[in-house]
Amino acid sequence: MTIQSGSLVRPRSKLRLALGREANFGDLAFRRLTALFAASVIVLLVWMAIQMGIASKLSLAHFGLGFITASDWDPVRDHYGALPFIYGTVVSSLLALCIAVPISLGIAIYLSELAHPRLRTPMGFLVELLAAVPSVVYGLWGIFALAPWLRETVEPLLAKTLGFLPLFQGPHQGFGMLAGGIILAIMITPTISSVSREVLRAVPQTLREGATGLGATRWEVVRVAVLPYAKSGLVGAVILGLGRALGETMAITMVIGNRSEIAISLFAPSYTMASVIANEFTEATGELYLAALAEIGLLLFGVTVALNVIARLLVWRVGRLPEGGRL
Amino acid sequence: MFFGRRELLVLAAGLSFACNKPAGGEAEKGKAASPVPVPSQATPISLNGAGATFPYPLYSKWMAEYNKQFPNIRINYQSIGSGGGIRQIIAGTVDFGATDAPMKDDEAKQAPGKLFHIPATIGAVVISYNVPELTESLKLTPETLTEIYLGKIKKWNDPKIAADNAGAKLPAKEISVVYRTDGSGTTAVYTDYLAAVSAEWKDKVGAGKSVKWPVGLGAKGNEGVSGQVKTTPYTIGYIERAYATQNKLPMAELKNKSGKFVAPGTAAMSAAAEGVEIPPELHISLVNSSAEAAYPITGYTYLLVYADAKDPTKGEAIAKFLWWALHDGQKFAESLDYAPLPAKVITQVEARLKDLSAGGKKLL
Repeated sequence: MTIQSGSLVRPRSKLRLALGREANFGDLAFRRLTALFAASVIVLLVWMAIQMGIASKLSLAHFGLGFITASDWDPVRDHYGALPFIYGTVVSSLLALCIAVPISLGIAIYLSELAHPRLRTPMGFLVELLAAVPSVVYGLWGIFALAPWLRETVEPLLAKTLGFLPLFQGPHQGFGMLAGGIILAIMITPTISSVSREVLRAVPQTLREGATGLGATRWEVVRVAVLPYAKSGLVGAVILGLGRALGETMAITMVIGNRSEIAISLFAPSYTMASVIANEFTEATGELYLAALAEIGLLLFGVTVALNVIARLLVWRVGRLPEGGRL
Repeated sequence: MFFGRRELLVLAAGLSFACNKPAGGEAEKGKAASPVPVPSQATPISLNGAGATFPYPLYSKWMAEYNKQFPNIRINYQSIGSGGGIRQIIAGTVDFGATDAPMKDDEAKQAPGKLFHIPATIGAVVISYNVPELTESLKLTPETLTEIYLGKIKKWNDPKIAADNAGAKLPAKEISVVYRTDGSGTTAVYTDYLAAVSAEWKDKVGAGKSVKWPVGLGAKGNEGVSGQVKTTPYTIGYIERAYATQNKLPMAELKNKSGKFVAPGTAAMSAAAEGVEIPPELHISLVNSSAEAAYPITGYTYLLVYADAKDPTKGEAIAKFLWWALHDGQKFAESLDYAPLPAKVITQVEARLKDLSAGGKKLL
C-alpha cells in the first residue's frame, strides 16, 4: 500500500514541475470533487439508517429486542415479530447461492478458459441478457411455469429420493421456499457469472502458460493457476449476487407463498423482509404498524450489512491462507 | 403490476365504448336536461388525487372522459393504495383521496379539516376455484366458506360442501387455499364478510387489509391470486370480480342472508346496496346485505374530499367533477365490472355535494 502511494506521488510532482501551478490546482479540485462524491455515499447511507431508525422508533420502543425473536405477525391485533421474515430472507438467499454459485462459476470458466473464441461473445451476451429481464417477468414465469413444474415433477421426485430428510417433506404446492430460491438463483446467475468472467479474464496469460508448461491438464491449469489468483475477485462476484438476492422483492414474492411461518421443509411457503414491506406498506394504516414495517426495513439493512461483512472477512481469511489458499 | 392487466382492460373498455358510440359527444350535447354543472373553461385546472387501487380502472376512465368533455381540466390519479390515499389527503399533498375502507376516527382527527366520504361505485369480491371435475358452478354457504379458510374443511368432498352441491362430482382432493398477501381493499371487504358471518372468524382472525391467515398460500395482487387459481388444480381463492371475468375463472354462488344462492353480477351487487340504508356520514359496510337478490361480498369504494376547500377554483372543479361522476360517470361502471350506485344513494350523495364549500361559500 505505502509503496504504491509513494510511486503515485512522484510522477505528480514531476508533472507539477513541468506544468506549473495550474495542474496542481486542477488536481486538487479534482481530488476534492471525487472525495465529495465518495463521501456522499457514506452520508446517504448514514442518513437512510437514521431516517429508518426514526420511522421505526415507536416499534423499537414497543417491542424492543422481542421484535427479532417473535414470530407472530398480526396487523389486526397489532402484534409484530420479524423472525419468520429474517429466516425467509436469509434461507432463500443462501439457497439461491447454493444453486447459482456452481452454475455461475461453471459458466465463467467455460467462457473464459474453454469455449471457442467465436462462441464467447454471443454466449456472454446471452448470459448478460438474463440480467436485463425485469423481475416481474421472472415472477410471472414463476407463477405460470416454474411453480406448476415444481409441483408436478420436481417436488414428487425430491420427496421420493430424498424424502427422508426433513427438507423435502410436506405437501407439494409448487409455491414455497424452493421456488423462491430457484427464482433468485436464476436472477443472480448472470450477475455472478459475468463478473466472474471478467475476473478470470484478468488472470495473466503467463500463469496459464507456466502451468501448462509444467504438464498440467486443462482442469489442473484452472484449478492450480487461474482460480487461486482470481479467488478474491470471485468472492466479490458472489457478494454482488448475494446483495441482489437479499434485496429482490417482486419476483420472489410472486412465488414464495408469503406465509409468515418458519418451516424446515423447502416445499413450505415462506416470506421475506423485502416482500412484506412491499406488500403491506402501501395499505398500512396505524402508527405502530407503519413503525413495525420500517423496523423490518432497518433489519433488512442490518442483515445485508452483516452478511456483507461476513463475506468480506471470508475474502480476507482466504487471502491469508498458505499457498494463496485453495478455492 | 396491478396496472398491467387492468390498464389493458381500461383500454379495451375505452375502445369498445368509442366504437359503440362514435357520436358520443353529439349525444351528450343532445341531452340538454343533463344536471351536470359545466365547469368554468377559462383557465386550465389540474387536479391530483391518490388512493385505492381497486376502483382505479373506473377512475381513470372517468378522468379521461371528463377531460374529453372539458379539455381545460386535467385530473391525475395515482393508485398507490387506500392507506397512502388517506395519508396524502391528510397531509394535503393531493386534492382528493380515495379509499375502500372508510377512514378510522383517529385518522379523521389528524386531518386539518372535515373530510367527506363520497361513495363512488360498488365492487364485489368473488370466490374463484379450480376443480376440473366440476361442471356446474360451486355453491357455498357462509359456514362452508369460513371453515375452508379456517382450515377446518380440508377436502373438496367434505360432506358439508357436498350437501349444497347435490349431484356434483366433488373429488377427494385437498383444498389448497390462496389469499392476497399485499394489503388490499379486496382483503378488507372479504375478511369483513367472514367476520360478519362467523363469530369464530371475528374472534380468531378479525377483519382488515392484511390479516393473519390460519391456512393457505399468499399471492401478490389480484393477478397473483387468479394466476394461482388458474394454474393450480383444487385451489380456492378470492378476487375482485373483474379478474374472474377477464380470466374466465369460475365464480362460486354464495348463500346470502335471506338464504338464496346468488351469483356475483352487477344487478346482485346493486341489490346489496339497495338493501342497506346508508347513514348520513355516507359510509357503511355492504357485506351480508339482507336484500333478497343481494350478492353478499360487496362494498362501496369512496372518494375523500375536504368539506371546505382551501382553493376555491380547485374546490369548484372537484365538486363539478364529482357531480359528473355521480351522474354521467355511473354508466361506465358496468362495462368495467363495477355496479352503479342505486338511485336513492345518488340522491343522498347529491345533497352532500351541495354542502361542499370553499371559504364558507357553497360550490354547487
